Amino acid sequence: MSILKVEGLTKEFGGIKAVNNLSFAVEPGSVCGFLGQNGAGKSTTIRMLLTLIRPTSGSVEIFGENLFTHRSSILKNIGAVIEKPDVYPYLSGYDNLRLFARLSGIKPANSMIMDKLELVGLSGRAHDKVSIYSQGMKQRLGLAIALIHDPQLIILDEPTNGLDPQGIADIRNLIVYLSRDRNKTILVSSHLLSEVEQMATHVLIIDKGRKLVDGPSASLFDPSETVVEIEAVNTDFARSKLLTSPFAGNLMGDRGNFIILKIHRDNIPLLHRHLVQQGVELIRLQPRHSLEDYFLQVTNDKTDAYTYTG
Amino acid sequence: MKPFLIFLMLFACLLPGHAQDVKTLLNKVRARIDRVNDYVAEGQMKTDVVFIKAPLGKVKVYFKKPNRFKLKKDGGISVLPKGGVSVNMSTIVNTTDVTAISAGETTISGSKLKVIKLLPLIDDSDIVLSTLYIDADKHLVRKAVTTTKENGTYEVELTYGQYAEYGLPDKVVFSFNTKEYKIPKGITLEFEDGDNPTDREKLKNKKGRVELTYSRYSINQGLSDTFFK
Amino acid sequence: MLTLIQVELYKIFRRPHTYIAFAAITALIVVIQTGLKLDGEAYADFIMQTIKQSFEFEGQLLNGYLVCYVLLQLLLVHVPLLISLIAADMISGEANLGTIRFLLTKPVSRPGFTLAKFIAASVYTIMLLLWIAFLALVVSVWIFGTDDLFIVKSNYAVQLSENDVLWRYAGAFCFAMLSMLTVTALGFFLSHFASNTIGPIVATMSVIVFFTILSTMSIPIFQKIQPYLFTIHMVNWKEFFDQQVDADNVAIAGSLQNPKKIIKSALVLIFHIAGFVGASVWVFRKKDILS
Repeated sequence: MSILKVEGLTKEFGGIKAVNNLSFAVEPGSVCGFLGQNGAGKSTTIRMLLTLIRPTSGSVEIFGENLFTHRSSILKNIGAVIEKPDVYPYLSGYDNLRLFARLSGIKPANSMIMDKLELVGLSGRAHDKVSIYSQGMKQRLGLAIALIHDPQLIILDEPTNGLDPQGIADIRNLIVYLSRDRNKTILVSSHLLSEVEQMATHVLIIDKGRKLVDGPSASLFDPSETVVEIEAVNTDFARSKLLTSPFAGNLMGDRGNFIILKIHRDNIPLLHRHLVQQGVELIRLQPRHSLEDYFLQVTNDKTDAYTYTG
Repeated sequence: MKPFLIFLMLFACLLPGHAQDVKTLLNKVRARIDRVNDYVAEGQMKTDVVFIKAPLGKVKVYFKKPNRFKLKKDGGISVLPKGGVSVNMSTIVNTTDVTAISAGETTISGSKLKVIKLLPLIDDSDIVLSTLYIDADKHLVRKAVTTTKENGTYEVELTYGQYAEYGLPDKVVFSFNTKEYKIPKGITLEFEDGDNPTDREKLKNKKGRVELTYSRYSINQGLSDTFFK
Repeated sequence: MLTLIQVELYKIFRRPHTYIAFAAITALIVVIQTGLKLDGEAYADFIMQTIKQSFEFEGQLLNGYLVCYVLLQLLLVHVPLLISLIAADMISGEANLGTIRFLLTKPVSRPGFTLAKFIAASVYTIMLLLWIAFLALVVSVWIFGTDDLFIVKSNYAVQLSENDVLWRYAGAFCFAMLSMLTVTALGFFLSHFASNTIGPIVATMSVIVFFTILSTMSIPIFQKIQPYLFTIHMVNWKEFFDQQVDADNVAIAGSLQNPKKIIKSALVLIFHIAGFVGASVWVFRKKDILS
């Protein structure tokens, strides 16, 4: 049975459909990467799943029960961070956590609060006022608030916003840990596709309020197949050398000054050596993330993305 | 007013016999009053002014010769007509520096009373004219009407009982005229709430009364000056 | 529900700007008390000038009870501003901070959430009034002593015996509580329509200032609508300081001149409070949280 099941979810704002007949399901224990361009309807969808916005039509079932008739019991088992995790700046991180825990229906012991702060790396700053926290610290506090009542389903909207690379990696590791070791189900939206790629077991892509793709990551893209962008001092020379090389079959086309190839990750060093040996003056040879590639494919017209002119 | 006073003066001069009677009567009244060196009286005060809602109050009145007078409310604020209540018997029946003129007789509540007008001889006296209505048999002032420069005319009616031998009344009623009372709502911080027109009409009655009913006098017990501070 | 109220109260009383109102009230009252202590007789003379033309007063006219009355007259007009700082911020402030998203993802019902917030704002209002009562009444009595309370009204003056005053203050404060809760409810209701703090506060004050001006204007066309303005009922705490007189024009201790007026005004205010809170629950029940 799905943890989360959405059927025909629609939300109209003044006649404009922000979310249009959206249906999807999230399976227990999965990490579902929720992707879409800005304005695609991700936030509206997430807000509907958390009852912040009333859908115009459609149904949402969470833990097998109708969200709108069993709101309280369902929300008890959900932890969420929506966009910026705004908390009370005049309270300490510890006090914020305790306050939200009480609203989640629990009276947490000191150790429980400190454990959660430890989990997100904030235990050293527990009693500092949030007003002096950095954006990254607030983000981590938000996660601690989402986790304080040990929910089954965790919904995160852009959880890595405003974090430095180390912070992003920490959050990613935490999500993976929660999913693998604590068996939590996680729905996470992010614009950092590389991050989603590294942690999502499932992907849901929407555009203009409609679902484009939905399914296990492995079946949607092969992470071992990588798109490589090549930039050279003389692009035509580089292309001619590639057309006569064993990589000719991997050529996908050009985009601007880049030559685009799709090859197995293991063959990237060979490609590099070949071009150098052929006297191609390389400026850049950059593997792209496969999810990003996939995302662009499904959200844009594919012919616009790559036009093979060679 | 002046021609009237001149007329009264002339009248007084032309009737020396009458003037002598008046003086004697006044002296008799005064002699009764002069028996009192000091007193403390306890009583009740009722302020009946149409625009003041005041409760009955217990008062203590202190008097010491020659004319020191103090009214103290026994806890609480007393509202007294200006200049009126502080006038005691000793001031009302003032026989020095006045010219007394008989103004005939009248009957009030079945009692025949002599009417005597007192004209002050001192120019800067606040009292312009006093009219006393005296019970000639008992040597008691029953009523006094005093016109002052500053505080208009007020009337004092006196009722006697067990302290009549000292010329001290059991009940004193001061009647006086008040100025019209109206304070802008801006000052009293009130909102317009549609006054009742009949109430407004009633409030135009500018006669006021203060009634003092004495229950007990302690006479000539010796009174310290501190009470008048 | 109790948890929700506790959480809301915790937030209110941990917020620094909650204490602005308490500090402002304290400063204002202390300044007025000091002024009256230093030069109170002149003030009393000014207030009493009409009546002092004909009368002399014996006793302590400027006593703690009168000072309290003067303070209440001045304060209860301006306290709505301080109340709206909190009440009109209850929902909009959360929207402004963004915390409303977090709050509403918790298992709390929206009507419960609305009511808990209103109750918490009401507790704040009541505590502010209690603080006013303490400073204006208790401290004034301590500084100025007690005596009869002599109040000059526009058309007449009322003298209330010293022992007939305290219950009137109790009644007046209860009534003032209803008045201030009406302001709380209005501010609270308006706070549902903005995601910034200042808008609902300004809106609440504008409504009160506008209605108060209409209430004070003696223009016939305004007088027709005045009974329908809640601001005109808010000042009827003063009715506790008026008494009846008997046929001899002697004040009847423990009486109220117009108890029906007090009851009517109280009911009007309760009706407004219920209306604003009911409307708040209704509006918030269906509100999309987009902030």
